[in-house]
Amino acid sequence: MIFQPAIIALLLAAGLSLFMLLVASPFAVQVIRHWDIASGSEQQLKLERLTYLFSTLVAFVCLVQILAALLFVFNADKMSVMFVGAMCAVGALNVNAYGFPALYLQLALFFLAALWLAINHADSRARDYPLVKLKYLLLLAAIPLFGLSLYLQLQYFLGLKADVITSCCGSMFSTDAPTLASEMSALAPQPALLGFYGTIAAAVLLSAWHWRQRGDLSGYAAGLGSLAAFVAAIAGILAFVSLYIYEHPNHHCPFCILKPDYDYQGYWLYVPLFAAAAAGMSAGALRCFSRRPSLVHVVPQFTARLAGIAALGYLLFALVASLMIWRSNLILLD
Amino acid sequence: MLELTNIRKAFNQGRHNEYWALDGIELAIPEKQVTALRGPSGSGKTTLLTILGCLARPTEGRVRLKGEDISGLPERFLTEIRRQTFGFIFQQFNLVRGMSAIDNVILSAYPTGRPRKDLLLKAESLLAGVDLGHRRDAKVEWLSGGEQQRVAICRALINDPELLIADEPTANLDTRLSKEFLAILERLADSGRTIVLTSHDPMVVESDVVDFIVSLRDGKIVDEK
Amino acid sequence: MNTWIEKQRHLIDFTLASLARRKGKNLGLLFIYTLLVFVLASVALYTHALRTEAQKVLAGTPEIVLQRLVAGRHDLIPPGYIEQIGRIRGVQKKEGRLWGYYYDSVVKANYTFMAPRDLKIERGEIIVGPALERSRGLAAGNGISFRSYSGELHTFIIADVLPQNSELVSADLVLMHEADFRAFFKYPEGHFTDVAMSVANPQEIKNVAIKLMDSLPDSRPILRDEVLRTYASIFDWREGIMLALLSAAILAFGIFAWEKAAGLSAEEKREIGILKAIGWETGDVIKMKFWEGLLISLTAFFAGYVAAYLHVFHFDAILFESVLKGWAVLYPRFTLPPHIDGLQVATLFFFTVFPYTAAVLVPIWRAATTDPDTVMRG
Ligand SMILES: Nc1ncnc2c1ncn2[C@@H]1O[C@H](COP(=O)(O)OP(=O)(O)OP(=O)(O)O)[C@@H](O)[C@H]1O
Ligand SMILES: [Mg+2]
Repeated sequence: MIFQPAIIALLLAAGLSLFMLLVASPFAVQVIRHWDIASGSEQQLKLERLTYLFSTLVAFVCLVQILAALLFVFNADKMSVMFVGAMCAVGALNVNAYGFPALYLQLALFFLAALWLAINHADSRARDYPLVKLKYLLLLAAIPLFGLSLYLQLQYFLGLKADVITSCCGSMFSTDAPTLASEMSALAPQPALLGFYGTIAAAVLLSAWHWRQRGDLSGYAAGLGSLAAFVAAIAGILAFVSLYIYEHPNHHCPFCILKPDYDYQGYWLYVPLFAAAAAGMSAGALRCFSRRPSLVHVVPQFTARLAGIAALGYLLFALVASLMIWRSNLILLD
Repeated sequence: MLELTNIRKAFNQGRHNEYWALDGIELAIPEKQVTALRGPSGSGKTTLLTILGCLARPTEGRVRLKGEDISGLPERFLTEIRRQTFGFIFQQFNLVRGMSAIDNVILSAYPTGRPRKDLLLKAESLLAGVDLGHRRDAKVEWLSGGEQQRVAICRALINDPELLIADEPTANLDTRLSKEFLAILERLADSGRTIVLTSHDPMVVESDVVDFIVSLRDGKIVDEK
Repeated sequence: MNTWIEKQRHLIDFTLASLARRKGKNLGLLFIYTLLVFVLASVALYTHALRTEAQKVLAGTPEIVLQRLVAGRHDLIPPGYIEQIGRIRGVQKKEGRLWGYYYDSVVKANYTFMAPRDLKIERGEIIVGPALERSRGLAAGNGISFRSYSGELHTFIIADVLPQNSELVSADLVLMHEADFRAFFKYPEGHFTDVAMSVANPQEIKNVAIKLMDSLPDSRPILRDEVLRTYASIFDWREGIMLALLSAAILAFGIFAWEKAAGLSAEEKREIGILKAIGWETGDVIKMKFWEGLLISLTAFFAGYVAAYLHVFHFDAILFESVLKGWAVLYPRFTLPPHIDGLQVATLFFFTVFPYTAAVLVPIWRAATTDPDTVMRG
């Protein structure tokens, strides 16, 4: 294992998050079994009081997960100097079989955390807390994922050996490797460009539509649009945005753009992108509850705002990407 | 204005020292009138006030505010209603020491998010209304008992409540100050506010200001007039 | 939106006033918190600066250094050895280097003697590093004598002193003419200490090393990247060990913060009760306390970090350099180039703010859920 502060911090975050959720779980079970909003019994009052603690606690855990996702990538990038063949985060993550799964799970936890916070927000604005049981069910369901995340990170960090020769972005995203990532990278620039801008424009329009109209249909459409735009955005970054940033016709890496060598430009892309995707998909998911009587007014208002955030985020993302392409000296298309 | 049906309130429910402080209260608080609760110590007056004022939820029974059932609401919404509808005056004036009079007055409006400028204006006019305009920046612990209570009254009024609730408002005041308090109470009643208070003090309960008297004993209403 | 912002402003106002009302208690917490950040940040900044310094130094060194081994020990490169290597694809330049260590019994320190190729030095003259200038009180134009290992006394005139920056490597350097070097150490003509090679393409380095091993089985190629990695992991490791030791401190701090947050004074409890009674909701109190924690955390973090920055980069980390540095005795002071790293700030933030928040969460909640009717019962 490589004994390094950022790694300890990550493990600490994962461990403490899991611990907090485990502490919360008996309470979640209690809520699921005994919650009765109409009752004034002391048991119910106690449960209601505890919801404050656990909402705060879970919100804190979610926040930590979001930060941890950032730190994880940041750290992988930093560690790359220690491995032969690693030039950026990809190389460091490829040192053993647990790196990428750990990253993917961390990202999944980020989206789940965002969704949970959105549900929590909507729920606490309805007078009868209609989603309280669902919320805590979700929490219970997420605990194994948090455990898995800790396990993967432990395996990954314990398995880091500095003498391993790893393969980096050059091979992983090279256009003829047999991976999904390389398929995306291999997309011809022109159709990729069209698909990229087309999907993102669609997501922006759908989200803006829902922002104005607040209906179920537009809500689901905005959610799906956000999902599609997220995939398209990642594919676009792999296929051509990264090329323009590196000004190199074959370097398809989504991580190197985070490096100081490229002025951390990647963060300008990823922060709006992830915020928009989380907001848009949460908006779509929340529409499932729009027919609950007490949520009839809460959900549309909230999803409209989320859709607004998604529209702005994607717009910002597209603008930043375009700016990077425009400023670049690389010419892919005439 | 406020209707209570079959209200019961237990303390230490389910334990050996379980105690029912209220047991089957039926009560309607009429609008724009002054209602006084009286009864021996321990009869449940304060407990009833906390339920009337949405400070606590009844263990059983329904509370209706202007026809709307609010008994099952979680604290978050109950507090919102309480802030908009009720003003409280306590026996111990319950001011925050170390803060000025005017800051104490606007304290209960903080969660509403109204701009500070508006709040200060409003608080100034309220303080001026009880002859405390000149003491607005004094720390509350330097004020006399009567002045403290008037600050507390201003605080109760900052959110423009329709209903004022006072628990033993004169217990810490001498006769002269109690009279002053009654004068203020009369003005508030005349301005169209509903008022509910508890008191042991015959001077308060039997004054002309009070329209209704409700007597409690052992958590039950024994008399209404 | 506007009312939301106004509300947060009110809450912050209240928090600030309330912090000011309890100066003693809060200053104590702030002090301990700042101290923790200061110590952790000093460790992190210091090791990081050493690491970047080492990297910078190594960046100027050749990609491959070739040593010859005799019986497993480093030996001189004999004449003709370099030619034996022949042409290897990718190697741009190869040249023999002359350097060695000299123990100065006067100040009980080691110097590095070196005969540079690219620097013109007259016979009988030397150029010295700043540490030497300090320890022996030398200046350009002075003379100095060294007794060589064979017992003779050699006298040199100091032609120049190397500049201060990047003292870590140049501090103990003594540069001299090749002939002087050979005479001083009785180095046979045509022999060298080792061979430096530069390789342009980083992908090639590994292959070059393999070919070297093939053609000269008694040689040991040392790759710069490998040294870099070793350094990096040694520094990381040291930093990690320090932090692990300090985690006891973090834990103690967490307990301390918990105590502080849980041990609300009667006055504070009363205040929260009042707030609850006059229309604040549990969530409002939690938010207020959240702002309080944030203000304390940010203040402590900022103050601690700035103090650590000054400590490391302006006061040469006087408080614990002996623990962390471990270089030769010759380095009584050296100035590290100031450097702030994003990952490091983020990590530090995790190590301090995260435990603090985790520790105060439960006590805050407990205080915030005070029943609003408590103030009605004397
Ligand atoms: N938190 C509590 N836990 C247990 N018992 C309580 C609690 N609060 C009140 N009680 C009990 O409920 C009963 C009613 O109390 P309450 O304060 O309403 O009386 P009261 O009529 O206001 O009396 P007083 O005139 O002395 O103010 C009392 O016997 C009291 O001991
Ligand atoms: Mg009482």
